[in-house]
Amino acid sequence: MLSVSGVAGMVTQVVGVAAGAPLLVGWMRQVRARLEGRAGPGPAQPWRDLRKQLHKQNITPDGTTVVFAAAPVVLAGTSLVIAAIVPGVTTGSPLDRVGDLFAVVGVLLLGTVALALAGLDTGTAFGGMGASRVVTIAALVEPTILVAGVALSVPAHSSNLGRIVATTAADPGLVASPAAALAFAALAVVVVAETGRLPVDNPATHLELTMVHEAMILEYTGPRLALIEWAAAMRLTVLLTLLVNLFVPWGVAGAGAGPAGLLVGLGAVAFKVAALGTALAAAEVFLAKLRLFRVPELLAGSFLLGLLAATTSYFLTGPAG
Amino acid sequence: MGLFSLIRRVGRVAEPAPPHPAASAGPAALRGSLQLRHVDAGSCNGCEIEIGGCFSPVYDAERYGTRLVASPRHADGLLVTGVVTRNMERALRDTVAATPEPRVVIAVGDCARNQGEFAGGYGVVGAVGDVVDVDAEVAGCPPTPTEIIAVLRQVTGR
Repeated sequence: MLSVSGVAGMVTQVVGVAAGAPLLVGWMRQVRARLEGRAGPGPAQPWRDLRKQLHKQNITPDGTTVVFAAAPVVLAGTSLVIAAIVPGVTTGSPLDRVGDLFAVVGVLLLGTVALALAGLDTGTAFGGMGASRVVTIAALVEPTILVAGVALSVPAHSSNLGRIVATTAADPGLVASPAAALAFAALAVVVVAETGRLPVDNPATHLELTMVHEAMILEYTGPRLALIEWAAAMRLTVLLTLLVNLFVPWGVAGAGAGPAGLLVGLGAVAFKVAALGTALAAAEVFLAKLRLFRVPELLAGSFLLGLLAATTSYFLTGPAG
Repeated sequence: MGLFSLIRRVGRVAEPAPPHPAASAGPAALRGSLQLRHVDAGSCNGCEIEIGGCFSPVYDAERYGTRLVASPRHADGLLVTGVVTRNMERALRDTVAATPEPRVVIAVGDCARNQGEFAGGYGVVGAVGDVVDVDAEVAGCPPTPTEIIAVLRQVTGR
């Protein structure tokens, strides 16, 4: 099953996500800055921040354990594994056999839980508060991803991500179905919640009491902080890639594509993710952060959309032939 | 969409950047990126308003690679304003100790430099330089955003 094309595609994907994720975050901040009338620091600023953090002192706060030290590595590791699995550049990744929707959601949750435990491990009030909030959100987000994924997997008769993307690419009519539209709305909301963007969490906030993701990482310094910020950028990139390729899969290289196919796949996915990132950043200018106790209502709404998508999908597709 | 037409009508608010400064203050590791934590050691809030102005769309200090952060652990530089009062002395020392090396401590305003208006007050321990090591200073009561940004740009070199 190990083809040269598949391995090359997977390496391209991982390197592309690793190098491109901070640029995507920088680009989204730049879009926001321009819409707010500011000049902005340029899309390369997150890379400058990361380079600087690597040269800084690594402080381990008193009383923290191995959980605190291991969480950044686990988070970055899970993000890289998902970057290798998700069909971004190619559907022929050698990890395609484990590229199941349920596996991806599980690996994603592993990173979330590692960081939540690290937030608790610091023993500070804000760390525990952030951990409790992120777990509340994760508990509502994961079922929605699964239900919306089931809706998409019905036409493909498989929950394998590569198979779903290949089926949609072969039959563009599927994108226009009501099930796909409902599933897209549900997944868009959960991606925003999972990556800590407005209106669920404000990535630019300085107010500890309103923080979700930031509150857990307040005690991290230097290289560990760089690892967490890099991993958070990769999660955003990977989830946007998944969202865009599940619904607009054109350009993705199939199994056994040559170097030209992989290059087209890379260009297509980079363009699509940048466009979606621009739209997300522009939408954030118009949004205020939701009150924390309203967030479950938003996520329950997206779960309902996901459930409707799954039901519609079964009715429209009919029994598997 | 009211906000959308407002964005189109207003366009760019940021004023043109002053000439490029020579990087002259702070360690070389902080070139191009400087994350700041603000510490109010006993200020009248005049300097705070000006620091807020630095990050407004008009002055836009973020374009030089500086950014305000929520924790001293994430910071490379501390902006300390006001005279150091007895209640804030310990907190200031702890905040500096919590900031990872290499770091810069910037005393903003006349009170932070030489106690200014509050010299000799019963609750005053001293200027910032009497309590912790200071790497750069911004004069003025309060200093204008342009003056604060000029010192920040000497650290980032952008």
